[in-house]
Amino acid sequence: MLATLTPLITRFAFLAEEGGHEAEVHAGDGGALAQWAWLIVVVPMLMFFLIVFFGKKSPLKGWGMAVFGMAFVAVYGSILAWVNLQEGIVYEGAVEIGKIGSFTLQWGWVVDGLSIMMYFLVGMVGFLVFVYAKGYMKGDVRYTWFFSSFSLFAGGMLVLVSAPNLIQLIVGWELVGVSSYLLIAHYWEDFDNVDAGNKAFMTNKIADVGLFVGAIIMALSAGSFQFSEIFSRMIEGHTLLAQFGFWAGLALFIGAMGKSAQFPFHVWLPDAMAGPTPVSALMHAATMVTAGIYLVARLFPFYQMPEFAGNVNQYIIVIGTITLFFMGLLAVVQDDIKKVLAYSTVSQLGYMMAAMGVGAYSAGLFHLFTHAFFKSLLFLGAGSVIHAVHSNNMSDMGGLRKYMPATFWTFMIGTAALIGLFPFAGFWSKDEIIASGYEAAIGNPTFAGWFMVVLSIGGAFITAFYMARAVSLTFFGEYKGHGHPHESPKVMTLPLMGLAAFAAFAGFLNVPGMTDTFIRWVGVRAFPIFEHHAEAPNWALIAIVTPIVLVALAVGFWLFRPKDTQAERDTFEIPGLYPLFEHKFYIDDFYMDGIIRPTMGPLADGTLWIDMHVVDAVPNLAGGAAKHVASAVNTIDQSAVDGVYNTVSAGTGATGGFLRKALTGRVQQYAAMSFAGVVIIAALFMIF
Amino acid sequence: MEWFDSGWGLSLVVFLPLVGALVLAAIPRANETVMKWVALITAIVTFVLSIVVALRFDYGAAADIQFGTNLPWIETINANYHIGIDGISLPLVVLSTFITLLVVIYSWEHWPEPHNPKLLLALIMILATGMTGTFVALDLILFFVFFEIVLLPMYFMIGIWGDTSTRIVPVVNWEIELRLYASIKFFLFTLFGSAFMLLGFLALYFKSGDVGANTFDILQLSDMGRAGVFTGAFAFWVFAALFLGFAVKVPMWPLHTWLPDAHTAAPTVGSVILAAILLKLGTYGFIRILIPILPQEAQRWAWFIGVLSVIGIIYGSLACLAQNDVKRLIAYSSVGHMGFVMLGVATLTDIGINAAIIGMVAHGLITGLLFFIAGSMAHRYHTRDMNRLGGQMLLMPKMGVLLGFAAMASLGLPSLAGFWGEFMSLLASFNPLDGLSVGLFRTLMIFAAVGTVMTAGYMLWMLRSVNFGEPAAEWIDDHNLHDVDKFEWMAWAPLVIMTIAVGVYPRIVLGATNDAVVNLVTKAFGG
Repeated sequence: MLATLTPLITRFAFLAEEGGHEAEVHAGDGGALAQWAWLIVVVPMLMFFLIVFFGKKSPLKGWGMAVFGMAFVAVYGSILAWVNLQEGIVYEGAVEIGKIGSFTLQWGWVVDGLSIMMYFLVGMVGFLVFVYAKGYMKGDVRYTWFFSSFSLFAGGMLVLVSAPNLIQLIVGWELVGVSSYLLIAHYWEDFDNVDAGNKAFMTNKIADVGLFVGAIIMALSAGSFQFSEIFSRMIEGHTLLAQFGFWAGLALFIGAMGKSAQFPFHVWLPDAMAGPTPVSALMHAATMVTAGIYLVARLFPFYQMPEFAGNVNQYIIVIGTITLFFMGLLAVVQDDIKKVLAYSTVSQLGYMMAAMGVGAYSAGLFHLFTHAFFKSLLFLGAGSVIHAVHSNNMSDMGGLRKYMPATFWTFMIGTAALIGLFPFAGFWSKDEIIASGYEAAIGNPTFAGWFMVVLSIGGAFITAFYMARAVSLTFFGEYKGHGHPHESPKVMTLPLMGLAAFAAFAGFLNVPGMTDTFIRWVGVRAFPIFEHHAEAPNWALIAIVTPIVLVALAVGFWLFRPKDTQAERDTFEIPGLYPLFEHKFYIDDFYMDGIIRPTMGPLADGTLWIDMHVVDAVPNLAGGAAKHVASAVNTIDQSAVDGVYNTVSAGTGATGGFLRKALTGRVQQYAAMSFAGVVIIAALFMIF
Repeated sequence: MEWFDSGWGLSLVVFLPLVGALVLAAIPRANETVMKWVALITAIVTFVLSIVVALRFDYGAAADIQFGTNLPWIETINANYHIGIDGISLPLVVLSTFITLLVVIYSWEHWPEPHNPKLLLALIMILATGMTGTFVALDLILFFVFFEIVLLPMYFMIGIWGDTSTRIVPVVNWEIELRLYASIKFFLFTLFGSAFMLLGFLALYFKSGDVGANTFDILQLSDMGRAGVFTGAFAFWVFAALFLGFAVKVPMWPLHTWLPDAHTAAPTVGSVILAAILLKLGTYGFIRILIPILPQEAQRWAWFIGVLSVIGIIYGSLACLAQNDVKRLIAYSSVGHMGFVMLGVATLTDIGINAAIIGMVAHGLITGLLFFIAGSMAHRYHTRDMNRLGGQMLLMPKMGVLLGFAAMASLGLPSLAGFWGEFMSLLASFNPLDGLSVGLFRTLMIFAAVGTVMTAGYMLWMLRSVNFGEPAAEWIDDHNLHDVDKFEWMAWAPLVIMTIAVGVYPRIVLGATNDAVVNLVTKAFGG
């Protein structure tokens, strides 16, 4: 099933699973374009520092610098993408930053299909979201601060995706984590937002134990942090890597689960909606949360080789599938429109992760790509609505299609793309994931494989259902909120239209059997990719999935159709299940009551008590005993130290006298003790 | 520059502050401005000299002793004035002069009560000599003298300018002023350790007579240690004695209880020097003396050191989670951070010891900054109680941002200095020196990694309580709450810059240490 691996440094090979179709294409090194690609990382970082120092004084209050950074990345990324499609680019640049033992530490930048895709994505979506944010954040208490944190995020994300080694990946990983924390807690006057930020940071930090441990095991077994070195060791059939590969792969996957909000680490993402909506769109939908998927994709050749990674893939499939199905269910009962979209994001990330697990590299990445556009579109649309009605709750909305036509129509395009209606982007990408999963399950029938196929079709139903509910509650019926909502300014609607264009047409980049642009794009890597990839659209699956989606839409719209009594329309109670959904399967409660409270309460308090009453008791008791002895012998009737304090606090006496008094008093005691020490030593030596 | 490279350069770095202290003693008490300038110029010149040393240092030969000299001192016991630095001591020497300079700058307009700039500056200068001296000494007696010199100034600093509130000591139920309790505790703990350390030094001296002349020379003793002169019960007892001496200073669990009290009670500059430099004397002793001279014992007891380190990490972090006192929280966090440093040392590998040194430097920069900020905050709020604080981002936004930065650095955010020490120490624990229990150290690695989560937990908790939310009513119109002032900026900005610089470009430290550490490990434990 897996052909023998051959080292390919400047070429890439794409091997389709079916029929042994093999195409080898020569890739160039990108020339100066790739050598200067480090600018993609440095420019947004520079903008971050510029905004920190000069943002408030600059005419656009920092927005100009931020948006310039993103525009630069978007343009550079587009050029790279174009050249990559023409001739292929595989390049790796590095700067040494130190040696530790036999390890060389480096900052570097990888320019290959995978990283170019991410540069393009971060730049393009980032640019549109930054433009939108100018309107959305207008008049915000911390406008400049917002754009500096946002630029830090962009820089961190680019550090992450450009990483040629695990250390740099970790650095970028944590930088986006900290900017995420800052932006979620943007309105920190309210502790709810701070708690949401803390929750995101801590959940990720726990998962990061996996990332750290995984990186360490990987580096020590392969002898390097470099991805290219790790792959070279695989080609050589490195025994140490084979021995520890499973644990390295599993631990790294745990790290990926945190960032990509996979069950059971998904809890932070819905709470992260406390941040401003552009943040939710760019970070918590389009880019940052895909870092975990990116990590698995970067290590894809490793995960695809059971002789190294063992059956970690099966775990990836199961976790991804649980996430895509069960977290989608929670979207059904949310009233906050951003939380509907948040659970939807968790669910879609599950699709991508499951795709990686079944070996559908380009299908998973394709979904990552299209999802970035349509989900950020949906978030920005939701933001536009929130901006108009001053509430996140759908129970305060309704009938908005009349007031906000541009928002409505772009939101509809995003919805169509998300639920996978022909011919919008999500149709092609989600269908390909299900088809790839199906083919993988046919080829290698495992429990995980079929689990994934069945639940991902079920997930399609749920997706359509909760989106039908959200659209109906938000845009149809009568307006239930206060005031008079109106359409957002051009600076917000234009980015919506830009994203809508991508959401509508991006799917055509990869139509099995017709266009393979996207596969050629992300297939350009310094190491061959083996994957399950459909040669043609799977019409049978489409014939099953599309009607399911349409039925779900119909049911959703019917259940939440505009009715006379508004209250009735907002909720949909499934007996027995509803409380379970409402309480998020009690997972958050379990973490709070089962882990956090006991740690911060009894465990921490108990440790401190022990420290003061047990560990410290020995010296205190000894001190007490010594004090008694001393007072009994009456050698020190008043501490010289006390004398010093009294002297100084009274502020009397010449300093010379004071010093002499203080130092002599002490030195005598001190000398006495040292002398005692020497006597003891002498005694010991006489005994020996 | 021949004179500079052959001992004078280092000697100036070490003794110039002492000269400064003597000059200060001669200045009448009323001339505060003169005193400040004398201290500042001394600190600047010392720092510049240490930078000259760093620039002239031959990084290609970082494993060799450079800038050294070896002169007879107390000939009757063959104790010599033997000094010199290699790549291991260089970063620590520079760190000491750097922190001393910043402390003097900070002090310019931040005098603790009772007001006595003369004494405070003189003590800072004496401390500087003791600290740099310890890092350059290559003779055990010289090392001991410098090691002990720092004791008295710090004792007076805590005792005189410390926290005057009273506390009731648990178990024995004394009611005592915190500064009194903390200073005596600090003094006695350290003295207790030093006594054993001296005992160990003397034992080595007498034993070295078996294979030649009795000597206190660290390099000669290291050669003997490698050759297997110190073995059996003798080696064990010497190891135990030195271990006690250094472990108290680090401090390692369970000898750490002096630290929270000393840090909390000390005036700002005292806690900064204590955290940034004094704690490193202990870890440096492990690396410079214990491992090279007693390699077999180090190997035998590495598991013990590793276990204590990881207990320190978890235990310190848990104690932090229960804290409401900002300074005490940072103090306990030092227990955790030094746990990572000692875990690196315990692995006895090149990676681990490198991790320890870069961890020491990072801890010096970051915890130094944290104590500066905490001290300034305590000075403005007149309380350290996190339950009363809050909303600092509204009250003093710049202070809030700096505290946030320092907290992020302290929790080991990658791209800042603290990350390398923590991560590399975990890395080393996965593959400790051959012969050490791999299973144990890998378990320790997992626990230590969990410790990083707890570190993040208490740091975020502190930020939540201090920085965020709306300020309580008592602070709204408090005119004491002015934001970061000029002298604070001048003292803190260099720490911020260096924290970023070491984080982004760890070669600043590793460039000096790596060859020296590889050499040390290779010599002690073979290829």
